[in-house]
Amino acid sequence: MSWRQQTLFQTTYTVSQITAHIKELLETDFTLQDLWIEGEVSNASQSTAGHLYFSLKDEGARISCVMWRSRAQKLSRPPQDGEQVEAHGRVSVYEPRGAYQFYVDTLQPSGLGLLYQQVEALKQKLAAEGLFDEELKRAIPPFPRVIGLVTSPTGAALRDVCNVLRRRYPLAKLLLSPTLVQGKKAAEEIVRALEALNAREEVDLVIVTRGGGSLEELMPFNNERVARAIRGSRVPVISGVGHETDFTIADFAADVRAPTPSAAAEMAVPDQVELQATIAARRDQTARLTEDGLDRAQRALEAQTQRLEHASPRSQINSARQRVDELLSRSQTTLRHRMELRRERLKGLQSRIGSLNPLATLDRGYALVRHRRTGEIVGQVGQVHTGDKLGVRVSDGEFGVMVE
Amino acid sequence: MKEVSELSFEDALAELEETVHRLEEGDLTLEGSLALFERGQALAANCQKQLDEAELKVQQLLSTPEGEYRTAPFDAQE
Repeated sequence: MSWRQQTLFQTTYTVSQITAHIKELLETDFTLQDLWIEGEVSNASQSTAGHLYFSLKDEGARISCVMWRSRAQKLSRPPQDGEQVEAHGRVSVYEPRGAYQFYVDTLQPSGLGLLYQQVEALKQKLAAEGLFDEELKRAIPPFPRVIGLVTSPTGAALRDVCNVLRRRYPLAKLLLSPTLVQGKKAAEEIVRALEALNAREEVDLVIVTRGGGSLEELMPFNNERVARAIRGSRVPVISGVGHETDFTIADFAADVRAPTPSAAAEMAVPDQVELQATIAARRDQTARLTEDGLDRAQRALEAQTQRLEHASPRSQINSARQRVDELLSRSQTTLRHRMELRRERLKGLQSRIGSLNPLATLDRGYALVRHRRTGEIVGQVGQVHTGDKLGVRVSDGEFGVMVE
Repeated sequence: MKEVSELSFEDALAELEETVHRLEEGDLTLEGSLALFERGQALAANCQKQLDEAELKVQQLLSTPEGEYRTAPFDAQE
């Protein structure tokens, strides 16, 4: 009966129920949901769908791992059996097989975490010292004549830089100071290569560059001596180390950080296409401004010519002639006017004279008496004697009389 | 004043800018502005010519046994 002893107070679970319970336990555990595990890779394989399956093991244990395709794609290469790695992810249960698994989202070679910490610590130290301060950053000369280049003579970075300079600003001279860019000796060589360029007076600017790589490969550019040499450079330094996402301490120490070798070259020089446009614009401007100047001079000349003509004797003569004309015409008018007046006055006088004509009184019955002989007008009695013959003039004729 | 042909690209470009500036100021004699115009045209032509004819020169620093450096042509392969 012992196998039924518990039944009164205990529930019996289905497999699915208990598996779900276990899963929930794991998934509510803070440690298990966000952790790093270090171990050796074994049984690594990739499914046709692209998911990665492998185990991590050490001397005493092993854990199954899955890395989904979306994450696995971001790896530079799939993990190899026997490799020591650090993996980040969460632990959960794969119910169909009743297996707990480590779901990996980040995978990197073992020791990388430590490397990151070292780089971060150095960065903090140099930042605290003020090595990366913004006010230390120098401007890049606008038209560098000689550009020093610290890079590998065989790397793709050199080719990229040459291509960009050739396209944008072939007037520049490139002086390569060859160096290793990875490995133990690289940091020392980079410092020496930079110093060799700094010793040459003709160098206006230095580019320190290399192509992309793993953190270990980029480590020479996370070196304290390299950072100090860059900051201590006599001429401005552009760094272009790795890809867009790679940041090295050399980048922080440099005057300008470029995301790639090509970008570093682009930041070093002006673009000749833009320069040619500027040159053409300036040439047009000189032509236009000179034309404007000539136009102004032309207008000034015309204005002065006009003033001169006004002031010339010919103009004075002309104006005097005009004045004479004017006066002449005015005097004629006046003369005509005056004659008119006189003519009027004469008429008036004539009519008045007419009314004073003594003969006019004869019409009213008066008579004019004269001596026939002498023609003397008889005004008084004493002027005549009996027998004198007189002429009597009336309005319509004359007749003779004899004084009695 | 230097011959235009003796000027470096950046000096010629700087003088071209200066020429435009002086023409803009405008208080020039006619003769002076014509001289500036000719100089400006020559400067622009010189800048253009230098760009047209430029070919990137690549040299490298080589260390000598005495610990010195000398420059040598570098054949940058494509």
